[in-house]
Amino acid sequence: MAYLDKKARQIFLWEFVQAFLLSMRYFFAPKATLNYPFEKAPQSPRFRGEHALRRYPSGEERCIACKLCEAICPAQCIVIEAEPRDDGSRRTTRYDIDMTKCIYCGYCQEACPVDAIVEGPNLEFSTETREELFYDKAKLLANGDRWERAIAKNIELDAPYR
Amino acid sequence: MFLTNWFQHTAGLPYPWAWTLAQVILIVVYQAVVMVSVAFWILADRKIWAAVQMRRGPNVVGPFGLLQTFADAMKFMFKEPIIPAAANKVIFLAAPIIAATLAFAAWAVVPLDEGWVVADINVGVLYLFAISSLGVYGVIMGGWASNSKYGFLAALRSAAQMVSYEVSIGFVIVTVLIFAGSLNLSDIVRAQGPDMRGWYIFSPLFPMLIVMFISSLAETQRPPFDLLEAESELVAGFMVEYSSTPFLLYFLGEYMNIILLCALMSIMFLGGWLPPVAIWPLTAVPGVLWLLAKIVVLFFMVSMVKAFVPRYRYDQLMRLGWKLLLPVSMLWVVVASAWVVFVRPVWGPFFAHLFGG
Repeated sequence: MAYLDKKARQIFLWEFVQAFLLSMRYFFAPKATLNYPFEKAPQSPRFRGEHALRRYPSGEERCIACKLCEAICPAQCIVIEAEPRDDGSRRTTRYDIDMTKCIYCGYCQEACPVDAIVEGPNLEFSTETREELFYDKAKLLANGDRWERAIAKNIELDAPYR
Repeated sequence: MFLTNWFQHTAGLPYPWAWTLAQVILIVVYQAVVMVSVAFWILADRKIWAAVQMRRGPNVVGPFGLLQTFADAMKFMFKEPIIPAAANKVIFLAAPIIAATLAFAAWAVVPLDEGWVVADINVGVLYLFAISSLGVYGVIMGGWASNSKYGFLAALRSAAQMVSYEVSIGFVIVTVLIFAGSLNLSDIVRAQGPDMRGWYIFSPLFPMLIVMFISSLAETQRPPFDLLEAESELVAGFMVEYSSTPFLLYFLGEYMNIILLCALMSIMFLGGWLPPVAIWPLTAVPGVLWLLAKIVVLFFMVSMVKAFVPRYRYDQLMRLGWKLLLPVSMLWVVVASAWVVFVRPVWGPFFAHLFGG
């Protein structure tokens, strides 16, 4: 009897009918997809996106060229050169990040004693050429100016957990 | 023919010229419509597949993504056609043209409505069968001319697959021919009139629709029989060396064949252009819309099958084709003949109001 039952189901393509009904249920189910460029997923304040060099509210750059980020970077994508400025303070003359090497681990941010290098919330920085991803100091400072409000907000939100 | 009359009397051309010109215009317009419609069938396919997987599918290019396929086609056309150095250039380029041309040519005999057919030939079914059998040449030539072992192996596999399933499609067509008593596609539709009681889906031929459907999937290499281009396991089958417009032609031909087989199934089993019930508001609807509705239903099933049936192994595919579908369709040729010879003359009047068979 069980044999006949199995064979009858096979002949009448019972499994296909069931599969069809099941997939029709999914057909009318709400979509799981986010409509990406128009809708965006919520982001944690700890999100590690594009790098930025921050400034103090006075406009002075934060980075003091301690090179801790360069030292800790596991991908060795940061290159810093520094010398004393005319007013005697120690600043970077060169701060390059090779974004094609970077693994977005966030160690640079953790190592920084003055919260100068941070990974901001921006994740949409694709480029058409590889060269555009070799960020220099000007680009990183520009990122800092552009994303300062979001970065400051994120640091403030994450502060209780540090 | 309206156009022929116009050219003959208004434009003053002699009849042969007027007729030829009218036919050429008709064919060009018809093929353009079919070709543009393919864009929307491809989109529908992707949307249905996406919906079952709870995705949205293409929705950015144009309203609801309607122009997505045109964007894709443009992309293919503007890409560089790469011809492998070791390829046989002539055959390499001829193969996709053959595949696409055959797919276009097959549409010549498909009756869209009473009298709406480019070539109303009395062996329409044989013509369709011949054209779709020739489709194997596009595959074999493409695979061989690329001079790539992957392309060639895939071409052999898909040729074997197409040839195997053509056999059972052939027997299914024979059963329909026995019932309809004609090789003319328009006559096959007329034999199923006047309403759905006459359709062969509601006759002893119903199992043949299932066999035909499964064979069509295998014939056009649709999932679950798309072993030659199983994305997750293999490179892209016999068209692995193709890029740009030649690939576009293969793609176009593939989808036109799918829609053609859907149309053929609608004509042979679902009464073509006939409305389901022959009462006034339904009979006023143009027949081409009824045919389109039936093709849409079948195409929806084709797309759904892609979404819910796991891919078959090659030996399973061959076993299904040769050891199940072929014997069943052969048996049904006998059954259909017996029905027409012994049952229909006696029980015909009794069954006439149940189903037309």
